Amino acid sequence: MKVKQISVFLENKSGRLAQVTKILGTNRINIRALAIADTADYGILRLIVNDPGRALTVLRAEGLTVRETEVIAVEVPDQPGGLADILQELDAKGINIEYMYAFVGKAAGNAIVIFRVEEIDRAVELLKNSQVKLLPERELYHY
Amino acid sequence: MWSPEYESMAGERRRELQLKRLKATVERVYNRVPFYRAKMEKAGITPADIQSLEDLKYLPFTTKEDLRLNYPFGLFATELDEVVRIHASSGTTGKMTVVGYTKNDLGVWSEVMARSIVSTGGGRHDRIQIAYGYGLFTGGLGAHYGAELVGAMVVPISGGNTKRQLQVMRDFGVTILACTPSYALYMAETAQEEGIDLRALPLRIGIFGAEPWSEPMRQRIEEQFGIKAYDIYGLSEIIGPGVAIECSEQNGLHIMEDHFLPEVIDPVTERPLAAGEKGELVFTTLTKEAFPLIRYRTKDLSILYSEPCACGRTTKRMHRILGRTDDMLIIRGVNIFPSQIESVLLENGDTAPHYQLVVDRKGNLDDLEVRIEVSEELFASEIRKLEELGANIRRKIESALGISVRVKLVEPKSIPRSEGKAVRVIDRRNLYNG
Repeated sequence: MKVKQISVFLENKSGRLAQVTKILGTNRINIRALAIADTADYGILRLIVNDPGRALTVLRAEGLTVRETEVIAVEVPDQPGGLADILQELDAKGINIEYMYAFVGKAAGNAIVIFRVEEIDRAVELLKNSQVKLLPERELYHY
Repeated sequence: MWSPEYESMAGERRRELQLKRLKATVERVYNRVPFYRAKMEKAGITPADIQSLEDLKYLPFTTKEDLRLNYPFGLFATELDEVVRIHASSGTTGKMTVVGYTKNDLGVWSEVMARSIVSTGGGRHDRIQIAYGYGLFTGGLGAHYGAELVGAMVVPISGGNTKRQLQVMRDFGVTILACTPSYALYMAETAQEEGIDLRALPLRIGIFGAEPWSEPMRQRIEEQFGIKAYDIYGLSEIIGPGVAIECSEQNGLHIMEDHFLPEVIDPVTERPLAAGEKGELVFTTLTKEAFPLIRYRTKDLSILYSEPCACGRTTKRMHRILGRTDDMLIIRGVNIFPSQIESVLLENGDTAPHYQLVVDRKGNLDDLEVRIEVSEELFASEIRKLEELGANIRRKIESALGISVRVKLVEPKSIPRSEGKAVRVIDRRNLYNG
């Protein structure tokens, strides 16, 4: 139940983010969620889109450094303590988080949290029969 | 060998030939070029004082500055009517350096280029794509005339338009590529983007020159193209490409000694060095008519070897260029050659060799920033991993150079690498302007 994230390397220069989103827009690719991590010199743009394969192709064609990264998407009850419970569960199972970001989906009552974890296959296996609900690709990209 | 008689000549016979030609050249410039006569008079010597090859050391040096001062035709040793070709090297630091050729000079140039192509294993059955620039730069036309003399099929595409280069390479069944090594890597990069498998093409030989490169870079090119890559050396002042070329041994470049007499000197004391010692290359032309040069200081650092070579050529070999006396950076009192950093980056193995050095002075401290393009192989979605990558490269460079540097990761293609020479160093310190 891994899902695909598109990661883009961006130098800290004006207009870079606008350029990336424009390329996606022109190619009718819809952004479902995004997060940016940055340092003084560069940033990493992380994207969940409705068509990761094509996003990779069109961004690469424009000369950007892009990569498909495997992440997991978790449905979290949109209520106080919802995320805390999930994190506790991950911690209890010894799953280390590299980074995470969240967005609220269209379906009422739930939020989606994207996790990049170490040893992702092991993490997926551990979460299989837990209360943590992993979203499959098809559902996530069109959530 | 293209000219076995000259390329595998016995040492004693070659020295006789060189002495005869040296005497004629000295005579020629003394009688025809006021600049040389004045210099020799000042040094207190005449052509009659040159009685052996060892006497070469009494002749004054000629520098690029001398060429600029005599711009454009002041050092020509023929009537201008005899000159059938002009070339010039770009003026990065002032006036252009202008050189001229008589018909015979062009013949010599074609000859040494033909020897060069044959030395790499090329011949009349080959198809050679000349992606050096044509025009005032000597690269394109120099390779062109040599390739025609050999009888190869010449594709005079010149530099630029990389996608078309690749199309031509594939569609015409090109077997030899001649260009700068950095452009070759750029082509390989473009080929990958275009989905062209270079290793599957008939291309088998690369003749690369006009800029310094390193052994790891050679390995990378050979691997990416599936070819043998040979280093060629030349400079427009001496004749252009074809002054020296590697043979199948790929262990030093054979100098066309019957036309160009090499020396290596200590660039500071100007004392001639023995074979095996590293110093500045100095050439005296032995057969040129329009633009002879006496003891021209190339500012290129190399080593001469006189041991016999397994290929059968008896000419002296020079080490691939080890740096320039003038691109040496002095940073916080430490001598730095960009080639040192390049070697580190390439040893790293996982970094594409596109980098740039930016030297600046912050406060009173020299600051060296090494910009490295992040390729897809290097890229990770975790900041931590990219930071580790940068730190790892930084540590390696620092241990190689002995000074601290900053490493900055930049986007692909953001470092200007033209179809010609890559811009490797930006020095913002203004060291030469007060």
